[in-house]
Amino acid sequence: MGIELSLSNESKHREVMATGRVIPVQSRCVQCGICSFNCPIGIDVRRHAWMGEPIDDSHCLTCGECVWRCPRGALRFERTELFKREEA
Amino acid sequence: MTRYVVVGTGVAGVAAIDTLRSRDCNAEITLVGDDPHGFYSRPGLAYYLTGEIPEKQLTIFTKEDWKPLNSKYVRGNATRLNPQKHQLEIGSAGTLTYDRLLLATGSVAVPSSIPGADMQGVVKLDDFDDARRIVSLARHARSAVVVGGGIIAVELVEGLKALGLKVHYFLRGERYWPNVLDENESRLLEHRLTEDGVIFHFQTETAEILGKNGKVAGIRTTKGETIRCEIVAMGIGVKARMELAKAAGLATERGILTNETMQTSDPDIFAAGDVSQVREALSGQSFMDTLWHPARETGRIAAFNMAGVSKTYKRKVAINVVRLAGVMTTIIGAVGSGIDDDLVSVARGSSETWQQLPNTISMQSNSDVNHLRLMIGEQSLLGAMVMGDQKLSWPLQDLISSNADITSIRHLLHPGAALGQIVMDFWSNLVK
Ligand SMILES: Cc1cc2nc3c(=O)[nH]c(=O)nc-3n(C[C@H](O)[C@H](O)[C@H](O)COP(=O)(O)OP(=O)(O)OC[C@H]3O[C@@H](n4cnc5c(N)ncnc54)[C@H](O)[C@@H]3O)c2cc1C
Repeated sequence: MGIELSLSNESKHREVMATGRVIPVQSRCVQCGICSFNCPIGIDVRRHAWMGEPIDDSHCLTCGECVWRCPRGALRFERTELFKREEA
Repeated sequence: MTRYVVVGTGVAGVAAIDTLRSRDCNAEITLVGDDPHGFYSRPGLAYYLTGEIPEKQLTIFTKEDWKPLNSKYVRGNATRLNPQKHQLEIGSAGTLTYDRLLLATGSVAVPSSIPGADMQGVVKLDDFDDARRIVSLARHARSAVVVGGGIIAVELVEGLKALGLKVHYFLRGERYWPNVLDENESRLLEHRLTEDGVIFHFQTETAEILGKNGKVAGIRTTKGETIRCEIVAMGIGVKARMELAKAAGLATERGILTNETMQTSDPDIFAAGDVSQVREALSGQSFMDTLWHPARETGRIAAFNMAGVSKTYKRKVAINVVRLAGVMTTIIGAVGSGIDDDLVSVARGSSETWQQLPNTISMQSNSDVNHLRLMIGEQSLLGAMVMGDQKLSWPLQDLISSNADITSIRHLLHPGAALGQIVMDFWSNLVK
């Protein structure tokens, strides 16, 4: 709660992200690899996008670096099931 | 054991072997390609030029990724195809016999016929080696001239700028990409590039590329103006690489003609990707895309049919999301019309459908940095251009590709209306 009181724009993003996961959309991805190159912990996000699979790597920090860097808008956040009900 | 041969190590060819292997674990699959760099991201070449990714990042598959595909790779240029004998000659690498063949040979830049275009310093952006050449030439160059249109020309402009060069951009007409962008959109991008120091030359045609000892030293326009430069970058369009198919007697037009199963006029030969021209059974119309995702999808569909699983290619609304002059831009469906004098053929990263404007009303909302244009049909949205803020990019892709009925909001869409909000609310309600 304390964190929420001092939410800057960035930490707002982080708060939202912690409740979601990154999903790729194949129809937009051109496999340029900017996502993997910028992942701070070295997840091969591009490979997930090739396979059309969500980034379900338990190491993923959901920091959003790949989502913001993708020049094709091919990655987005999806709320995980855990948090979907909270929204309703 | 069925023998499959796939020509081309681009996304269409690789998607095909991926699918072939998933359907048939015993088949003999051979991939033939003449690009020494194999499978890499062609659109990514632009980001290599701007320095956003290092060269090695362009390579898509690791050794581990290739393993499960369990295919043979023959590096070489396929020089002759004999459909009667089911044989493919690959120069000195020998001859392969196939049961089913896929031609995924892609497209190449149309060469320029301008005098001097054969000199060192005249470049294009088709493949890995082209990008390397540009980076290496830029180290010893001060100025460059870019000639052409579409996405590639602007990617060349931005790449050369990022490499530290003074960049001139020659356009034959009054504005950039006139058959896809409307005037506001062209001006927005031109303005951004001008701010970055790019020098536009409108209504300008090249007469001759000037040189010294076989190297580019400048360019002369038809108006007699001379500009000093060490690099001339050309992006005037691409053409399908269909020499093999043509010589073998397959039906071709602008590309290799296929039906919706990606089968050519020879039942054992299929084509996919940039080189294919798919004829729709229902409309009888044929079309070509030079887009990554359709190339992948046609490769996949071809492979299913080659493996005996009947599937047809259902063309989706053509979409490209691309950063132009630093502005994120989504182009969906039918947005323009006419021809572009800066291109002699279709541009890369493009779709013929973007220029097939049906009966629509065009409506737009503008701010300094954001721009939205909707192509509104009787009951549905037929196309959209989203520049800057991309919040509407997803909803519009969704609405246009699903051909959503917009009758309930049609009357709200009038000049001056908050188009973005109306569309967003409508979409949010739909997906609830
Ligand atoms: C700089 C650039 C930017 C782009 N931007 C976009 C974009 O924004 N969005 C988008 O969707 N698309 C974009 N594209 C287009 C996209 O990359 C292509 O549509 C896609 O790569 C086509 O794949 P393909 O497999 O059909 O052909 P290609 O990738 O061209 O592969 C064909 C392969 O076949 C090989 N080959 C051809 N003939 C022979 C032969 N006789 N023997 C042996 N090998 C042969 C070639 O060497 C090549 O490796 C861009 C392309 C470039 C170059």
